[in-house]
Amino acid sequence: MYKYDNYDQQMVDTRVEEFRDQVRRRLTGELSEEQFRPLRLQNGLYLQLHAYMLRVAVPYGTLSSAQMRLLGDIADKYDRGYGHFTTRQNIQYNWIKLEETPDLLADLAKVEMHAIQTSGNCIRNISSDQYAGAAADEIIDPRPYAELLRQWSSFHPEFLTLPRKFKICVIASETDRAAMRLHDIGIKMVRNAAGEIGAQFYVGGGMGRTPMIGPMIREFVPLDQLITYSEACLRVYNRYGRRDNKYKARIKILVHELGKEEYTRQVEEEFAHLMTQGIEPPIAELERIKIYFVDPAYDTAASDELDLSDPDFRLWVERNTEGHKQAGYVIATVSLKPVGGIPGDASADQIRLMADLARDYSFDELRVTHAQNIVFPHVRKADLYTVWQALDAADLGTPNLDTIGDIIACPGLDYCSLANARSIPVAQKISERFAAKQEEIGEMKLKISGCINACGHHHAGHIGILGVDRKGKENYQLLLGGSEGADTSLGQITGPGFDEDGIVNAVEKATEVYLDKREQGERFLDTYRRIGMAPFKEALYG
Amino acid sequence: MKILTGNDLKSGAVIWWDGQGWSLHVNDAVDVADAGATLIAREEAAQNVFAAYVVDGAKDADGVRPAHIKERIRALGPTVRPDLTLKPADPAAVNWVI
Repeated sequence: MYKYDNYDQQMVDTRVEEFRDQVRRRLTGELSEEQFRPLRLQNGLYLQLHAYMLRVAVPYGTLSSAQMRLLGDIADKYDRGYGHFTTRQNIQYNWIKLEETPDLLADLAKVEMHAIQTSGNCIRNISSDQYAGAAADEIIDPRPYAELLRQWSSFHPEFLTLPRKFKICVIASETDRAAMRLHDIGIKMVRNAAGEIGAQFYVGGGMGRTPMIGPMIREFVPLDQLITYSEACLRVYNRYGRRDNKYKARIKILVHELGKEEYTRQVEEEFAHLMTQGIEPPIAELERIKIYFVDPAYDTAASDELDLSDPDFRLWVERNTEGHKQAGYVIATVSLKPVGGIPGDASADQIRLMADLARDYSFDELRVTHAQNIVFPHVRKADLYTVWQALDAADLGTPNLDTIGDIIACPGLDYCSLANARSIPVAQKISERFAAKQEEIGEMKLKISGCINACGHHHAGHIGILGVDRKGKENYQLLLGGSEGADTSLGQITGPGFDEDGIVNAVEKATEVYLDKREQGERFLDTYRRIGMAPFKEALYG
Repeated sequence: MKILTGNDLKSGAVIWWDGQGWSLHVNDAVDVADAGATLIAREEAAQNVFAAYVVDGAKDADGVRPAHIKERIRALGPTVRPDLTLKPADPAAVNWVI
């Protein structure tokens, strides 16, 4: 994985000391909260419902074991013994003290991590496929391109005060595991007819209060134009994106209002101009970055045999592992969704255990997924039982990936000052209600947001739940038919909302319709698409 | 009643105006009537609190309870982690929120 050079390290270290001085001035009263607020937000420090919250960036979701171990140590040293992995492949701590934040950031910097650009109207942490570099179906590892974009977007002076926050995703597989088309810019690395690698650009996707699927605006951007084309996309947005209304300020609104054709025309015009300016980094820089992402030293003699005589292990293997591009290896996903648990939360001890297992059995690497799970990308099949036993003993062996128990849920009103309703208790109740039925229901993406900002990706859930405030009481709307994959679609609201217990019952009714109507091999989503909303509405409200 | 809340500058902890100073416990909150704005100006200037604001509440036999569920969760702590609330030993504490 990528290693900081002296410039990267100096940049982060300098930022830590700058923030240390800003905190000092805030605590002595030299800076008012009004003056300090944008400064702390630029360093990922929010004020949430109960305390300060720090969001730490995990570039394209990739972590070394040393970084993961430190995240566990931070949970103990500066927080209350746990961390929350987010739908942006980051980690958040909920109980941070302002006076300790500079030391925390200094600790992060020692393992090449920071919280810069995890807040504010700038280009945020770049997300990617959690199986990058390991997936059998990818055409190339997308992370070197994500890293190049990370370097370009870090402290980019022109894009630190955009109309609104900006999220970029890079994938390189036909199977989209990162909700690519629901990003401000989604980039899919592709191969053209000549066999050359390039970037396919989708612009103007997003969730939030106005969900949109990003349209493709360019089929193929050559690698030596990647940054220039990205810059053109951003420039048009920065110039014409709305600043008068924050709810209409995302690029999806601009693309929608201009129309894809006109937005694309303007981007191409800006791109042609920028091509005369020589802003593209030399291709040698990309080649330098690529060296950090070469395949690990696989055991080429590793056996493809796997002893599945332990039925619990077999279930976990079937549910939580994925084929690897290298024979004798698998990709293993650690579910952070134990039955009745809090989606995405992990204790300090669990985080350190995962770090140790990655060091010993996954070439020192882990990934954070946007579904709030952790991935060991390269596990030798011969080691898999040992890994599973250690995970299972630490309550990390739940076999529920992509089932109804693998729920994405935002922190909701239990932690978030923007939320209108709690998400986590609903997730817990659904997880418990369906624990015995998850295998029968099969693949199910259930996603819960506690407000319209949609951090829980409810628009993209096969079943989505949106919490709202109805005259001071929590109320939950049900959506059906969303998807974030190659077949991206947006869920539709079924009708009037439900209270907390009512929404759990409503989910049960929806799954009963599916089980009753499904045809051979159909997922919930397939059945919904075939039979439409009417039978579900009848069951829910008839 | 009108109760005054904000955050402690160093820790970020939720605090409530108790008539003399700031308390971690909403039960200590007093009715500030129409003095909220004055208190906010004075206390924020003295760095005793930040992000202060007034919320509606009521006092009954169980003590002071903010009117809105968001403020009740804010006062107690996350309902999904009773061990992290101000009443870690009270298994029924969540009922106070709902």
